[in-house]
Amino acid sequence: MSDLAGFFAMGGYGAFIWPSFGITLAVLVLVWIESNRRLKRNERALAEMEKGLGGRR
Amino acid sequence: MKPFLAIVRRDVRLAFRQGTDTLMTLAFFVIAVVLFPFGVGPEPNVLARIGGGVVWVAALLASMLALERLFQTDYEDGGLELLALAPMPLQIVVLAKVLAHWLATGLPLAVVAPMLGVLMNVPPDVFPVLVAALLLGTPTLSLIGAIGAGLILGARRGGVLLALLVLPLFIPVLVFGVSAVEVAAQGFSPKASLLILGGLLLAALALGPWAAAAAIRQALE
Amino acid sequence: MKRLDWFANPARFLKVARAVQPWAAGIALGLGAAGLYLGLVASPPDYQQGESVRIMYVHVPAAWMALFCYTMLAMASAVALIWKHPLADLAAKATAPVGAAFTFLALLTGSLWGKPMWGTWWVWDARLTSMLVLFFLYLGYIALNGAFDDPARGAKASAVLALVGFVNVPIIKFSVDWWNTLHQPASVLRAGGPAIHESMLAPLVLMALAFKAYYVWVVLIRIRAEIAAGKIRAARLRATGSAAL
Repeated sequence: MSDLAGFFAMGGYGAFIWPSFGITLAVLVLVWIESNRRLKRNERALAEMEKGLGGRR
Repeated sequence: MKPFLAIVRRDVRLAFRQGTDTLMTLAFFVIAVVLFPFGVGPEPNVLARIGGGVVWVAALLASMLALERLFQTDYEDGGLELLALAPMPLQIVVLAKVLAHWLATGLPLAVVAPMLGVLMNVPPDVFPVLVAALLLGTPTLSLIGAIGAGLILGARRGGVLLALLVLPLFIPVLVFGVSAVEVAAQGFSPKASLLILGGLLLAALALGPWAAAAAIRQALE
Repeated sequence: MKRLDWFANPARFLKVARAVQPWAAGIALGLGAAGLYLGLVASPPDYQQGESVRIMYVHVPAAWMALFCYTMLAMASAVALIWKHPLADLAAKATAPVGAAFTFLALLTGSLWGKPMWGTWWVWDARLTSMLVLFFLYLGYIALNGAFDDPARGAKASAVLALVGFVNVPIIKFSVDWWNTLHQPASVLRAGGPAIHESMLAPLVLMALAFKAYYVWVVLIRIRAEIAAGKIRAARLRATGSAAL
């Protein structure tokens, strides 16, 4: 148990190390999420547009 | 040579006839500097410590005000297209317009700077260095600004965007311009910083018109 | 150039992208997990810096990616302007936000490393200042790209900006050599080879490769999104064109 506590404390530098890794992970995940949202949104709009145009023909 | 001077003369005459560009630039310069004693307190030592930097930053921001319209009016009334099709290379056209812009904005800034130096308690024997540095630096600002002005033709919110684009590129000029003044205030020779400012100017003269012409051509396509 | 031309057909590109994407994802996640394990658990603390050296395992790869992405941005912009390759504009536009994110992370983790190491969150030395300028260049690129009603115009304008700003990249790289900086000099990518121990080099390289794979992964997603957006615009133009007839 004290090992785990020691791991999180990181020799007193925990307050700097964990936010560094945490925010890095968070930002990279957020960018990935936004990119996927953008892709899905565009592909959905494209599919609807092609369906509409196909129907009119 | 004649067409080059023709463009310069025309633009300078337009600038002075309207008067707004020069007056606006100088007025902003003065107001921006005057705000600092109110902001940081009037204590002479504090003002002297930051004086060179304040005058330079104010000059930088002021010289940006008139940049947005460097090519704008010609772009809107079709004159820019004519100039692009003319036998004179577009880079030379840019150079002529930048020279006119500098004569109407940058040169007055350099001339007025010593008066603002007085307000900021800059030691008077530093004034020649301040003016020399501004004379070397403001043309570079106009040249770099011309690139930005070409890029934003037809953009939404061009003025703000221009600031965002161009201010990071101004930083080297600012760094060495202030360094010249501070070094001189401490009694040493500012020659190194002034030489670097000169080098930056030469680089801007070589690359600026070329990049600005490329930007303008993209806008005209 | 022939091979790049082959990619100019969006359908072909999409086929390749869909094949490559899962691999990039797998490599990013796999190497990332391995790098994190080595970096946080299985590697030793530094003799001088203690545990805080572990921040290096995200800070340095992020900084490398910040420069790498801008180089990619500049190259794509050059290809777009000179050869007018249709995918180059899209690749550039897709890269910019990723590069900006890495630059932000480099600055942030650098600050979190600097406080315990140097005693200050920030210092205006050449390395940090030029990295901050790089961040502004990314923001300027993204802003300029989106500032026009015609996206092609925005792409061209921002391409010129990307090339003008490329002068900053060598300045960043060599800033610790040219000027007296608080930031330490190069210890990995230098003549004479890396100067850090292999137990620290391993997680560093793993994280760097993981970030590169992540870049490929996300940029492919973003390019696919841009291709779809382009198709929508083209379809709208066709629709209004035929409606006008």
